[in-house]
Amino acid sequence: MNVIKRTQKLNEKYRFLNKLADTEAYGTGKLGGYAVSVKDCICTKDMESKAGSKILEGYNPPFDATVVERTRAEGAFILGKTTQDEFGFGTFNVNTSYNIPLNPYDPDRTCGGSSGGAACITAVADFPHIALAESTGGSISCPASFCGVVGITPTYGRVSRWGLIDYANSLDKIGVMAKTVDEAALLLEVISGSDRYDSTALDEPVGIYSGLESSVEGVRIGIPSEYYAEGVNEDVKNAVWRALKRFEDMGATLQEVNLPHTDVSLSAYYIIAMAEASTNLAKLSGLRYGLHLPLEGNFDQYFSRVRAEGFGDEVKRRIILGTYTRMAGYRDAYYLKALKVRTRVIEDFKKAYQNVDVLIAPTMPVTAPRFDEISEMEPIQHYMMDILTVAPNLAGVPMVSVPCGKVDGLPVGLHIMSDHLEESKAIQVAKAWEASN
Amino acid sequence: MAESARLDLTEDELERYTEQLKVILDAFKDLDKVDTENVKPSFHPVETKNKLRDDKAEDWTWNPLGNTVHREGKSFRGPKIT
Repeated sequence: MNVIKRTQKLNEKYRFLNKLADTEAYGTGKLGGYAVSVKDCICTKDMESKAGSKILEGYNPPFDATVVERTRAEGAFILGKTTQDEFGFGTFNVNTSYNIPLNPYDPDRTCGGSSGGAACITAVADFPHIALAESTGGSISCPASFCGVVGITPTYGRVSRWGLIDYANSLDKIGVMAKTVDEAALLLEVISGSDRYDSTALDEPVGIYSGLESSVEGVRIGIPSEYYAEGVNEDVKNAVWRALKRFEDMGATLQEVNLPHTDVSLSAYYIIAMAEASTNLAKLSGLRYGLHLPLEGNFDQYFSRVRAEGFGDEVKRRIILGTYTRMAGYRDAYYLKALKVRTRVIEDFKKAYQNVDVLIAPTMPVTAPRFDEISEMEPIQHYMMDILTVAPNLAGVPMVSVPCGKVDGLPVGLHIMSDHLEESKAIQVAKAWEASN
Repeated sequence: MAESARLDLTEDELERYTEQLKVILDAFKDLDKVDTENVKPSFHPVETKNKLRDDKAEDWTWNPLGNTVHREGKSFRGPKIT
């Protein structure tokens, strides 16, 4: 099969790409024979990488991100760049000037965001394919859930961020998506590990993620009651409960646990993410790369004009909010307070992991919404959709979303979360679930 | 705020964002109910350490001017300062 032509054909129907490679070329190694798609925000040498934003249009990175370099070194062919919400700012992949991907199960519905393109191509590719994606507050788990694929978000720092067009430095994690747990785990194994170019990339040795046994015998599963509260669709909850029952039949033990700061994690997450985003995006000014305008007016006037033209609605909103929460006089009440609440959220998870190996909950509170429903939502309602994914992302713990049946023909995601650097535990439970289907 | 963030906003954007930001900032107040007395802020979710390398020059293999139209010789060309 000509993978480029096939991808082109699929893309006409589902619109998951921002850029497609010109020539197909594989090497040898652990990923030999695999086409790997790369989320638009991950720099790929000589391939336009714009993070879904007009302000980076035409930017051709002169280097590969560490994850792309490691992926190529193991023989994969870099297929192209997948569409996303601009800079990752969104839950439904509709905040972009480029392609809005269409859900493989119903084209009137979202693929989820912000790695919507990555999830979409993963679901529809009928050739060996794995996706490089990225999550800040749930951008791998959410689209994996809505598109019925496997998504792994590693521990913060497990994977180098060198070459990532960043959203929020203390939250961003590059991760993976695939049709099967083992394929996703294989790519994660390849890209994990320390990196001299990223001081936050952890030095701890990389574990074994792929080829784990499919067993949950003796695994202690925690059920965080806050994640099954009102507001989570009853049918989605039932699908997850059925899975929990099956885990119990397979030899796991279940126990209820509490993550008491779940409700406030949403505010803490958005304050931190927006504050960091507003500083990160300050470098985008139409000078060194991306959108350029004629050099008219002074420094401030030029930058303000380029940024007004290059940034979309949600980006402007988040930059202003982030600027506000960092301002003298408000910094302690918002930004610093949010960082302290994050400490509480991390403590919640650490306490839970004293008694259980993994936590399991629905990935998203709903199945994929329709585009007309999304257009009726206010920004605050968009943010509230992330209620189940922001806390583990704030805590930086690894998580896997695996398909867990369907509700009205739409996929449901099962979210398996383990403690820092215990990717293998969550992956093994995911694999046991997959094998039981 | 928009000025400080270097964003030229239209009247419509200013009006719309003001309304939306009020709602969002109001929602953020729920953090006040968390007791954070004597709690340290977490700037990262895991402990991170500074990593330093020897202060030696290394070869620069990219062309930093390769993605801009605003250049003059080996320099970037920018807007006027004032």
